[in-house]
Amino acid sequence: MHELSIASSIVETVTEAAAAHPGARVTSVRLRIGALAGVVEDALEFCWQLATEDTPLTGAALEVRRLPVVVHCERCNEDQELTGVQSFRCPRCGEPTVDLRQGRELEIESFEIDDQAEEKL
Amino acid sequence: MTTRIVELRRGILRKNDELAAQLRQRYHTAGVLVLNLVSSPGTGKTTLLERTLRELRARGARAAALVGDLETDNDARRLASSGAPVRQINTHGICHLDAEMIGKHLDGWESVALEAVDYLFIENVGNLVCPSSYDLGEKIRVALLSVTEGEDKPLKYPTLFNSADAAVITKIDLAAACEFNRDLALANIREIRPGIRVFETSAKTGAGMDEWLNYLVETRSDAS
Repeated sequence: MHELSIASSIVETVTEAAAAHPGARVTSVRLRIGALAGVVEDALEFCWQLATEDTPLTGAALEVRRLPVVVHCERCNEDQELTGVQSFRCPRCGEPTVDLRQGRELEIESFEIDDQAEEKL
Repeated sequence: MTTRIVELRRGILRKNDELAAQLRQRYHTAGVLVLNLVSSPGTGKTTLLERTLRELRARGARAAALVGDLETDNDARRLASSGAPVRQINTHGICHLDAEMIGKHLDGWESVALEAVDYLFIENVGNLVCPSSYDLGEKIRVALLSVTEGEDKPLKYPTLFNSADAAVITKIDLAAACEFNRDLALANIREIRPGIRVFETSAKTGAGMDEWLNYLVETRSDAS
């Protein structure tokens, strides 16, 4: 259960970045999480409530975009999307591959602010 | 209400990744091979490590260990019986080691200078999930699995096994009693991490230890 540390890091990073928009309220945070990032979405959602409490992010929604694993197949000379994480083979020709092109992402893509308050300043 | 999107595109574990990159450089400069051992609680990380430290020392190598646990210094005391310098890291509830903890414990380790060590083993907190997200700057991540755990562990925890550089199947002296299906376990490991080196050991009888130790020695000389 390291989702609480993850949630706290998100709060810290977004709070810092949002400081550039004084008076604006953060309404949502969008993440990109790869299928191999080792993060359980439900657990993260649960921790999000705790981590945002009494911070400038209180009430902000968390939106998660899941990214499938993409491997590069040397034999097909092509990137291929895997349907799961139970087998690391090219779905087209069956060749095993360790060349991961996507799937470990754990990043904050963007956040949304309501800057009505900012404009009034 | 006027809303707008602010692009950020920032890794959530960026701080850890940056610290890990610094550690990796530090290990490289010091010429020390660093391994991060990850498994469930009870797989036998400490027992394998105790014997590994002892045998490396017997071969004239300088080995040290950092050992992570939520609480107690029991593992550090066990490992210290090998004669190698060992330092306990207590995470007090945190389920994994991170690069910052490693940096701090290396800095404050009076009896050990990295330059005077050939091998540094980091025994992670017993957990197959969380440690996989935290880079410690290691050269080799080792995933361990004991014959008592079931052959499908790699399929259940693909994040860790896919990110491993080597795998060790421990307690093979118990394989028959556990009706361990070796072929299935090997197939599952390789389905998740094609081409990975797999070692089969018993720290109790010494079976498979030579192959494992030779791998460590070869990997260290390849790296320098």
